[in-house]
Amino acid sequence: MGKYIYRTVLQIVPVLFIISLIVFILVHVTGDPVNLMLPDTATPEEREILTAALGLDQPLYIQYGLYMKNLLSGDFGTSFRYNESALPIVLERLPASFELAGAAMLIAVVLAVPLGILSAVKRNSLLDLILSSISVLGKAMPNFWVGIMLILLFSVSLGMLPVSGRGTLQHLVLPAITLGTGVSVEMMRLIRSSMLEILGQDYIRTARSKGLWETVVINKHALRNALIPVVTITALQLTNLVSGALVTETVFAWPGMGQLLVQAVYTHDMAIVQAAVFVIALMVIFVNLASDIVYGLLDPRIKYR
Amino acid sequence: MSEATLLEVRELQTEFVTEEGIIPAVNGISLHVSKGETLALVGESGCGKSITSLSILGLIAEPGRVTGGKVLLEGRNLLHLSRKEMRRVRGQEISMIFQEPMTSLNPVFTIGNQIGESVRRHLRLNRKQARAKSVEMLELVGIAHADKVVDYFPHQLSGGMRQRVMIAIALSCSPKLLIADEPTTALDVTIQAQILELIARLSKTLDTGVILITHDLGVVAEMADRVAVMYAGEIVEEASVEALFEQPLHPYTQGLLKSLPSIEGLQDELYSIPGTVPNLLDKPPGCLFAPRCPYADGLCATVRPLLEERRDQHRVRCHHACKEERL
Repeated sequence: MGKYIYRTVLQIVPVLFIISLIVFILVHVTGDPVNLMLPDTATPEEREILTAALGLDQPLYIQYGLYMKNLLSGDFGTSFRYNESALPIVLERLPASFELAGAAMLIAVVLAVPLGILSAVKRNSLLDLILSSISVLGKAMPNFWVGIMLILLFSVSLGMLPVSGRGTLQHLVLPAITLGTGVSVEMMRLIRSSMLEILGQDYIRTARSKGLWETVVINKHALRNALIPVVTITALQLTNLVSGALVTETVFAWPGMGQLLVQAVYTHDMAIVQAAVFVIALMVIFVNLASDIVYGLLDPRIKYR
Repeated sequence: MSEATLLEVRELQTEFVTEEGIIPAVNGISLHVSKGETLALVGESGCGKSITSLSILGLIAEPGRVTGGKVLLEGRNLLHLSRKEMRRVRGQEISMIFQEPMTSLNPVFTIGNQIGESVRRHLRLNRKQARAKSVEMLELVGIAHADKVVDYFPHQLSGGMRQRVMIAIALSCSPKLLIADEPTTALDVTIQAQILELIARLSKTLDTGVILITHDLGVVAEMADRVAVMYAGEIVEEASVEALFEQPLHPYTQGLLKSLPSIEGLQDELYSIPGTVPNLLDKPPGCLFAPRCPYADGLCATVRPLLEERRDQHRVRCHHACKEERL
């Protein structure tokens, strides 16, 4: 296991290298920050001075070399907008993002696991039909729309919860529901289909033939097996959580990394974009590693070498 | 019925509701097993052997349902028990070994856990006692290093070992009746003999009644005291193992025995019964075997024969059973 983790961590290096390359190229083909930073009235001389100051007059490979050199020392460059080093600005936003993502994941799991099981156990019943319809509906409703509708209902009409921002627990409720339900409908469908497959297995019949309580058959024998694919796919779902967070944080003005990234893209603040994308990539890699570890804990047949 | 009768099944009916119609998978099966006795339930695939055993255990799942008959365990009708009461019967009074040892154990729990949960539930043992009982059961079924194997996961064991574990689970609460559904079909021939010998030995020591479901007549001859031959959801012949092998009365049984390869006399081709099992959705009005039977006549095609005792303890469902004796 230790060896497996060690090797996976080593594999991260080339992945990060490729991500850095992609980010660098994207940044340089999508526009010129000089145009954004200077007013339309700026003279060509002023433009040249700024271009030189930003190092943008150098050939691309030199710029890339410089970028990589800075990267290795943890320097993602200076934010044009904040005029500060980019990485600390991004890291500063992490707690808010974790808070939202954690709350959303909690809501997703609390909803998806029992409802998914129920849906599978009562397959083809009215309840299953209702739950399946809700999950299709949930999948069809985009995050930003759900967010706006929730704001309209609970904040504007009923005045129960704050419209936006972060601070109290009340602030967390709507964005967490918006993000969490989006993830949970997908998860519920997964758990349902995974449970259905498991419930048809021979060992479930064995468990029943032992005279075990049906709750033990479902929650022990079936669920433990059904969770194995769910854990893997949920880790892959993390990308949905990240992209969902970009939208949700923007809708609710939640001061997280997603909102920061969206604003940085708008303003072409490339240092921030680079740093944020990098941090997100790292997180995705580590969550996948964690899911591998959980996978190994759930399924004794898996041995990591 | 003698006093030692353990299980008596009377006129059991199990149906499956499908889009094409209702399939009577088990149609009026009656059988009985005494303590320490082994009854073999024989027939080809799809004749309702497994459905009969699952019906006895109350494990028929949708879209199937038991629609009639009685399942009497020491005089108590299991079909009238509540789900809760039935759960107490399962595993404790009747337990079952399945055909597929490779898939019948839960892959994510240890052997000890899977034996232990049975004894903890039924014998109310604590964790420590359950573990000791698990080791004891593993030793009983002849697994070496039982104290280590108890912590193994199923994938670390071979098919034969897994089937031993299944037997250990099934016998852990000393059931009165053991249903073994093709327990050796998925195993190597050498392992088959060991497993059968194990079941026979344990059932004799523990005085357990056994219903052995199989399509292998060799296994029947080796293991059974009595045999019930099933065809298309019905019992067509029932007799002691000696009587059945010496003088089968039903043409289907005769066909089954004839299709066994024999050591004496080289055969170019094995005998096979012509035709196929009738579609249960569209049964012939008379004898179900008539379309495949060499002796069938007008009577067989129109009138369903009853299961009748033609000799001492030898029942057969055939209009011409006595005639066929001579054939």
